[in-house]
Amino acid sequence: MEMDLSRAVKLARIELTPEEEQRLAPQLGEVLQYVKKLNELDVSGVEPTAHATPLSNVTREDEPRESLSQEDALRNAPKTANGLFVVPKIVE
Amino acid sequence: MVHFLTIHQLLEQLRTGELSSREATQACLDRVEKVDGRLNAFISVDASDALAQADAADQSRAAGEDLPMLGVPVAIKDVLAVKDQPLNCASKILGEFNSPYDATVIQKLRAAGAVVFGRLNMDEFAMGSSNENSAFGSARNPWNTDCIPGGSSGGSAVAVAADECIASLGSDTGGSIRQPAALCGCVGLKPTYGRVSRYGLVAFASSLDQVGPFTKDVRDAATLLQVIAGADEQDSTNVPEPVPDYSAALSGDVKGLRIGLPREYQVKGLDPEVKAATDAAVKQLEALGAEVKEITLPHTEYAIATYYIIATAEASANLARFEGVRYGARLDGADPEEMNRKTRGAGFGEEVKRRIILGTYVLSSGYYDAYYLRAQKVRTLIRQDFLKAFEEVDLIASPTTPTPAFKIGEKTGDPLQMYLSDIYTISCNLAGLCGISVPCGFSKAGLPIGLQLLGKPFGEPDLLRAAHAYEQATDWHTHRPNLD
Repeated sequence: MEMDLSRAVKLARIELTPEEEQRLAPQLGEVLQYVKKLNELDVSGVEPTAHATPLSNVTREDEPRESLSQEDALRNAPKTANGLFVVPKIVE
Repeated sequence: MVHFLTIHQLLEQLRTGELSSREATQACLDRVEKVDGRLNAFISVDASDALAQADAADQSRAAGEDLPMLGVPVAIKDVLAVKDQPLNCASKILGEFNSPYDATVIQKLRAAGAVVFGRLNMDEFAMGSSNENSAFGSARNPWNTDCIPGGSSGGSAVAVAADECIASLGSDTGGSIRQPAALCGCVGLKPTYGRVSRYGLVAFASSLDQVGPFTKDVRDAATLLQVIAGADEQDSTNVPEPVPDYSAALSGDVKGLRIGLPREYQVKGLDPEVKAATDAAVKQLEALGAEVKEITLPHTEYAIATYYIIATAEASANLARFEGVRYGARLDGADPEEMNRKTRGAGFGEEVKRRIILGTYVLSSGYYDAYYLRAQKVRTLIRQDFLKAFEEVDLIASPTTPTPAFKIGEKTGDPLQMYLSDIYTISCNLAGLCGISVPCGFSKAGLPIGLQLLGKPFGEPDLLRAAHAYEQATDWHTHRPNLD
């Protein structure tokens, strides 16, 4: 099975070379074909499991606390100015 | 021969003053120097930082301090943040990233006095079963360097099995601790989901990831788990369950412990040597007084499909943060979207791209219900299988992997075949259980074989008790690869 990658690739924001696309399409098609196995099961009335702990809605008081300094938070960024991340121009 | 020591052996010698932490740390660094050119377990090592920590540990001890791991060198998978050290997840996309803080498990190791060193090789972003998906080259199996060490925490397993450190940390999302431990011949423990904090662990699949220890024996696994386990308000998935005394579980007594053998685990691809070794291990546990019975896990054949939908979906969301803005390398583009596309296209390796695209696909509108939601429902069925089985037994035994380590390059062109080799390890993460792999023999070709034990959620004491009793009765864990 060939998978139509184009929409997922666009949504995932990953640029593929034509060679990569040629390799990935049949490989992912094969995986998708394999996971269709789940269609053999009747899952009506079964609740989905998002995670396996008994916890839900873990919250804490919304109070200021110590965090990374602005300098530390920015120090790994490829481009910064005036304490901000810099990105290519968005609006004309 | 200091590098050959276990945590408890080293601590004994540190306490009597026979050895210093500097000597132990230097011995590990020398061992890395000697063998790692062949094994590639370490991406980098900051020797002067390690020795400075060792000296500080020696000074503390001289001042009368004693801590659970004071002066013990522990190496770290390249997926955990260690302050002021590089963090790459064995990927190109993080560029020159340098961690601004310590992960909670690292803080806990430091508080216990450990010497934290090295960045251990892995499959990129923990995605893989062979360590071949590393941007820094594959780590190699110390028993045969033509073979894979397993993955994703391949470097963590190699470093322990080759005595380049005393113990190490890795992470396990679908078997990434237990599988390489089995293939390299050391002990690997995946704690229950929620047992160990993930703050400072780079997320792959958030409902499955867990940090855990690699050690040379089961006693050490108990010691290291004791140090890293426990609640952390920085990780909302951490369960505030009290942490028991794990060493107290090492009684050597398994009388009456009920061990289940899943009928569905007799799969076609199970290697006869692996089957023979794990059958013998179960017999050994039975001879020690455990009760062995057959159980059923009817949804076993759906586990891999369920896993590769859920894990890739979560990965596609988690890895969205690598977009060339906040950290890592960037390739320029005319607008932000083009910059994102180019940065991610150049920065991610092929397996990571495959999984992000698959995960994006199964979450995209029109496919969400058919793939993702359905997989979450099957996950419920898989979990119920285990909870039902655990009404009848205390532990479940199986091989950790269907075969011993395969050759480097053997499965790289066929991702689906690679995924299918995770059959015994994957369900544990889906169901939120704990699991351990211990050495239980060798193939005729001289490659290690691992026995996997699975326990109930927060059933680590039973897991450690059985694994320890087995280890006491056998000597597989004392075998070492010849690297001279």
